[in-house]
Amino acid sequence: MQTQEKEKQTETRHMLLNVGPSHPAMHGVIRFIFELDGETIVSADTEIGYLHRGFEKMCEVGPYNQAIPYTDRLNYVSPLINNFAYCLAVEKLMGLKVTERCQYIRVIMSEISRVTDHLTCIGATAMELGAFTAFLYMMKAREFLYELVEQVTGARLTVSYGRVGGVKADLPEGFADQTRQVLKEVRKVLKEVDKLLSRNRIFVDRVKGVGVISKEDAIAYGITGPFLRSTGVNYDVRKAQPYLIYDRLKFEIPLGTNGDNLDRYYVRMEEMEQSMIMIEQALDQIPPGVVRIHEQGEPMVAAQMVDEAKMGRIAGIAQRNVLLDPTLQGSTKGFHEKVNVEDKKTVLPPKEATYGNIEGLMNHFKWVMFGHGIRPPKGEVYFPVEGANGELGFYIVSDGTERPYRVRVRPPCFPIMAAIGKVLEGGMMADVVPTFGSVNMIAGELDR
Amino acid sequence: MKMLESATGFFTSRLQDAIGWARKYSIFQYPFVTACCGMEYMATAASHYDMDRFGAGLVRFSPRQSDVLFVVGTISQKMAPILKKIYDQICEPKWVVAFGVCTCTGGFYDNYATVMGIDTIIPVDVYIPGCPPRPENVLDGLMKLQEKIQRQKQEV
Amino acid sequence: MDILNQLKSKFSEYVIETHSQCGDATLVIKKEGVIPLFSYLKTSPELDFNFLMDLTAVDYLGREGSRFEVVYHLYSLSKNHCLRVKVDVGEEDSSLDSVSSLWPAANWYEREVWDMFGIKFKGHPDLKRILMYEEFQGHPLRKDYPVNRRQPLVKPVPMN
Repeated sequence: MQTQEKEKQTETRHMLLNVGPSHPAMHGVIRFIFELDGETIVSADTEIGYLHRGFEKMCEVGPYNQAIPYTDRLNYVSPLINNFAYCLAVEKLMGLKVTERCQYIRVIMSEISRVTDHLTCIGATAMELGAFTAFLYMMKAREFLYELVEQVTGARLTVSYGRVGGVKADLPEGFADQTRQVLKEVRKVLKEVDKLLSRNRIFVDRVKGVGVISKEDAIAYGITGPFLRSTGVNYDVRKAQPYLIYDRLKFEIPLGTNGDNLDRYYVRMEEMEQSMIMIEQALDQIPPGVVRIHEQGEPMVAAQMVDEAKMGRIAGIAQRNVLLDPTLQGSTKGFHEKVNVEDKKTVLPPKEATYGNIEGLMNHFKWVMFGHGIRPPKGEVYFPVEGANGELGFYIVSDGTERPYRVRVRPPCFPIMAAIGKVLEGGMMADVVPTFGSVNMIAGELDR
Repeated sequence: MKMLESATGFFTSRLQDAIGWARKYSIFQYPFVTACCGMEYMATAASHYDMDRFGAGLVRFSPRQSDVLFVVGTISQKMAPILKKIYDQICEPKWVVAFGVCTCTGGFYDNYATVMGIDTIIPVDVYIPGCPPRPENVLDGLMKLQEKIQRQKQEV
Repeated sequence: MDILNQLKSKFSEYVIETHSQCGDATLVIKKEGVIPLFSYLKTSPELDFNFLMDLTAVDYLGREGSRFEVVYHLYSLSKNHCLRVKVDVGEEDSSLDSVSSLWPAANWYEREVWDMFGIKFKGHPDLKRILMYEEFQGHPLRKDYPVNRRQPLVKPVPMN
């Protein structure tokens, strides 16, 4: 009786707690304002925009190909997918179809990127839950993949590898064997991490049944990707609207049942395996392109070619390829004329042609000079691909000039972050960390 | 008298060196990670490149416990007041590392949303250029910072 | 494009034009038709557009007619088809009805369009800036906003 009266007298109030934008468990800048009743979250308010750097405005400033470096920095964990999505959108607008070898290269590189993305996501989530070992193991695996990416593109992270009408360069020699070797290493790491986490009481207790979202809510909020698939909805752009050569590959879409953090972890783990299967299939199927061609004889040193021409010995010289100074960018990458589409107005000529003959040089200048370059026809286009976090779509409006009139990206994280407040509500304060980690929020694409 | 002066000079300079030596190998960093460079920061901190070799392995997530502020990634106008606040919260002696070209100069984001270099807001000790810098580059920057810490006048 | 013809005959008073350039079915409507058309698209069992994939706007500064276009990308999971709907919005009365009651996904997208273009959505629960800060003047993605007009919150420190 007395205690009841006492309870009546004690007044309880909700507490407001601010988390972020700079906080250890927020990989990415975001701010939450929680209304707490003890440890329980009553309501959550999300504020974004701390990494808004004007991507869409910057795309309108430069020509079409100059937007590619900006797309790298949208989702900086899987930049290759962004590159190719943008290129595919512009190509759809121009009615171009890239060569078969190039399509395979794009698929292989996209899937490598997807694996790095999921590795980072699971590694960071595990680290935030205290499993630092898993993080270090996964970074090790990611490092192997980055080395692979670096060999192909020349950069680890911000690669700018896609081009409208092709890619920057062909795959290097011995790429297939090396990739298979790396995938073996990555599988080893994933097996170890699987042993460390999947049946780990501490990890499973923190993630199971936490951060649950229903099928209906996920669809209503427009959520796609692993987050949607963890609820059991079978939607993957690669299967629903196949692009590139995904319809030729055999792969499965892992689905969850409960839509909680544990399911999202399983979905991501399985997706990595599926991606690796896809890479192996694509490596088997890829048509043999020309990494270094000898059809016109051995390549000639440029200075020697000039000397020969000066002396009038020009027989057969026009067809010979030039061996470039290794300090010139792209020179060691081999010839990619058989990879990119044969359309001089769209694709930059190979560096060998630029430095080796006058047509190539003129072609190069016509392509890079202000007021020239790519001019897609007037119109608009939307092209979705399956990004690592969900549907990544580019909506491009062209007014017929060399610059895009408007570039809009549909960021996969954005709808998830719009729904996260609802997911967190009713949960405990400590559940914020695993749930937020499983979203894999990338501020670059969220805020653009 | 003269001798005594030189003796104390000798003594204090050795003390300076000792303090500098101690400080440069016990860097408690606060990573202010906002953008792409964070991925390379993670790569540098992880076992492959291992920042711990330089005594900079212990990452503190509170500005009050750290003495080197790593500004990693683009700072937008919306983020600028927060960066300034965190810088003000770090106790002296403190150093600032601008990690990546966005923090050095603003990079290619020359538009309405971004700050053109964090040195317009807070003082910077070491600039690490690159978009993003490779881990080797980061380690080089870290060694430059250590040199700077060693050489400067130590306030106790 | 049977969807387009069907919608064109059913909503003939709202539809301005249709096209399917590059294979994307597109419908351009007047802004009065937003609520009737979208509720039909969402609830009709043969169309069943349950996903609002994207919502954005384009600023056609200086063109004849209305200045803005609000662009909706819809997707149906069960039927696996897409539709783009564009709504003409004039400059002087740049407001239209919110669809956040139909798709909760529209909530943040509409805030973003307000933030970037200054287009108001009637009936939106909480229309405020999302990417920029409250102190920001103007709407950056409008074509008449210069790309590097800065409005710093922390004033740059003057050089010595």
